[in-house]
Amino acid sequence: MTDILKAIELRKDYRLPRGKTLRALDNVSLTVRSGEVLGLVGESGCGKSTLGRCLLRLTDLTSGTILFEDQDISRTNERALRPVRRQMQMVFQDSYAALNPKRRIGDLLAEPLRVHPDKNGQKRSRQVIEARLDELMDLVSLPRSALARYPHEFSGGQRQRINIARALALSPRLIVADEPVSALDVSVQAQIVNLFTDLKEQLGLTYVFIAHDLAVVRQISTRVAVMYLGAIVELGDTDTVMQRPAHPYTAALISAVPEPVIGASDRRILLHGDVPSPVSPPSGCRFHTRCPKAEKRCSEEAPLLRSIDEGHEVSCHFPNL
Amino acid sequence: MAGDAPLLDVRDLCVSFRSGGRDVPIIENVSFTVCEREILGIVGESGSGKSVTAMAIMRLIDDPGVSLRGSVRFRGQELTTLPQKAFRHIRGREIAMIFQDPMTAFTPVYTIGWQIDEAIRVHERVSKSEARTRTVRLLGDMGVPDPERTANRYPHQLSGGLRQRAMIAMALSCNPALLIADEPTTALDVTVQAQILDLLRNLRTDYGSAVMLITHDMGVVAETCDHVMVLYSGRVAERGPASAIFTQPAHPYTAALLDSIPPLTGPRPMRLPSIAGVPPAPLERPPGCAFAPRCHYAHDACSVLPPLVRFAEQDVACILPGEGKALPPRILHGAEA
Ligand SMILES: Nc1ncnc2c1ncn2[C@@H]1O[C@H](COP(=O)(O)OP(=O)(O)OP(=O)(O)O)[C@@H](O)[C@H]1O
Ligand SMILES: Nc1ncnc2c1ncn2[C@@H]1O[C@H](COP(=O)(O)OP(=O)(O)O)[C@@H](O)[C@H]1O
Ligand code: SF4
Ligand code: SF4
Ligand SMILES: [Mg+2]
Ligand SMILES: [Mg+2]
Repeated sequence: MTDILKAIELRKDYRLPRGKTLRALDNVSLTVRSGEVLGLVGESGCGKSTLGRCLLRLTDLTSGTILFEDQDISRTNERALRPVRRQMQMVFQDSYAALNPKRRIGDLLAEPLRVHPDKNGQKRSRQVIEARLDELMDLVSLPRSALARYPHEFSGGQRQRINIARALALSPRLIVADEPVSALDVSVQAQIVNLFTDLKEQLGLTYVFIAHDLAVVRQISTRVAVMYLGAIVELGDTDTVMQRPAHPYTAALISAVPEPVIGASDRRILLHGDVPSPVSPPSGCRFHTRCPKAEKRCSEEAPLLRSIDEGHEVSCHFPNL
Repeated sequence: MAGDAPLLDVRDLCVSFRSGGRDVPIIENVSFTVCEREILGIVGESGSGKSVTAMAIMRLIDDPGVSLRGSVRFRGQELTTLPQKAFRHIRGREIAMIFQDPMTAFTPVYTIGWQIDEAIRVHERVSKSEARTRTVRLLGDMGVPDPERTANRYPHQLSGGLRQRAMIAMALSCNPALLIADEPTTALDVTVQAQILDLLRNLRTDYGSAVMLITHDMGVVAETCDHVMVLYSGRVAERGPASAIFTQPAHPYTAALLDSIPPLTGPRPMRLPSIAGVPPAPLERPPGCAFAPRCHYAHDACSVLPPLVRFAEQDVACILPGEGKALPPRILHGAEA
């Protein structure tokens, strides 16, 4: 598999009042392989959305490098970025906020097609755009009549289909989906997860799929990256990470997921306390304040993300092997 | 009182709201019981009427267009007709409620300790310092670190998990026999959710309280509840012991809902078995079974509203058991349970 996107030592600081800074991403490196689904999991505030936005250059990096198919886009200006922008799109959690309520669906979907030239650098004709809109509706299984309606006329699941259609308009190769099913009811969530799976097969897409729900991530991802307080703590094949988590945090996270099965809670690892504030993260290993395996070394020395097995990386001094 | 008389007995509860000149039936004929020290899970998708059920019991719906029918008995006493003043003795003291967003329970301008002290002093004659001693003990019991100091902090200074613990502490301050918890962990991270669920599970032994736990998460129900009531579009679809419902759901909706949850272990299906469509809005309920437009097994007989009938250990609002048909097969099993 070739790499479509490569992130090297990304750092993202947010400036806070009173001269404080919040390091939302600390030295994050990862590769997105063409045709894969890379799942990104972690608890609220660990930096998933920030990483997603950085990967697509929707926000500026503090430092680090992003290569899109070997082209360095880390500091490229908006104009030069345009041809790359078509290739990578984002889908958000809040299906309503992402859609202008005053405009018809057809209008919303046509916008990127009007703004961006086609492959030959030509402006698209009205007929071409209309044909594409019909195609998009078919792709996401909405009736073509939906194009003439307004966002509020649709349910949450249907609006998410519309958002996906919009992301697909320019035939991108990479989609970063930030919690695309988190706001949906389970029965609808399953429909949208299936839609993502189908579209990937049909169109040969690559996804970075952000979610806090591990079961959803397991269902759709080929590989999983687990984040904690701005850093990747474990990365590997979905089955490896889910069945044999090497990082104590991953193990605790998986065991905390309530399963719709009687008696599943017996194997729970209960962590103490909440995630510490990212403004003043703990010294050494950032997980040491909650880690059941922490030893003295953990608070003194930060573990590095290192390979413990073919394609399986973990940052822990004492991984579960 | 009699050992197995229910603590809370809700019968044929109906709530409707006046809207656009019409009565919109939100919940219809919802009946269930909660026994002493029991944990009942009320589960359903958003809009199914979970919160309205809870708010109706607590008489917290202040919409002038609301109309409420049915009976809510607490320890045998009818609550719906109880004078406001007498009801206030029960709310807070005998039945307490917690919400998804703890900020709704606290006022931002007072410390959480002050607010819990006051909650105690409203119902009991104790001195300020006695109240504080109890507040600190409660916070400690709820797993709040350094409870003396934390009591002196304001709600916005606490993390979501700590605020939730503080709200539960306040709800438990008068040792209620019943705690109604409406999506208490929905806004929390899973590792913190696990802590709070653990806490709720232990309330019956530590505080002798029963819990009515409202959630949209079948996993939360399976891990926490003794009994379950599944709501669909404002009506009871299925009701019974959690052990029975999770092993062999009798209502096609329950079965399909469980199947559409991606499994955490075991083989991964290529596609998830999903239920097409969405639940109907109150005014768009079809005649008969509200699930019919999405149900695999729908047939002519389903156009008459199916009553709740007994099947195995559960009560189910579906025509199939009465017709002697097999239960909906599970397409997919969560784990090797
Ligand atoms: N514009 C901003 N200014 C300051 N801090 C920010 C900003 N955006 C995000 N942060 C902080 O950066 C950290 C990472 O945020 P991010 O939104 O990436 O987390 P997340 O993993 O997506 O969380 P969630 O699961 O809640 O969506 C958090 O501590 C957040 O408060
Ligand atoms: N005050 C109100 N007036 C009119 N409709 C209401 C009111 N409160 C709730 N509803 C409607 O009642 C239904 C059930 O709501 P609710 O009990 O909050 O659902 P949930 O199961 O998600 O908690 C929804 O369709 C909601 O829009
Ligand atoms: S380095 Fe230490 S504290 Fe960090 S995860 Fe590993 S064992 Fe736990
Ligand atoms: S009554 Fe009919 S439509 Fe309703 S759940 Fe049973 S089989 Fe399905
Ligand atoms: Mg986010
Ligand atoms: Mg609700």
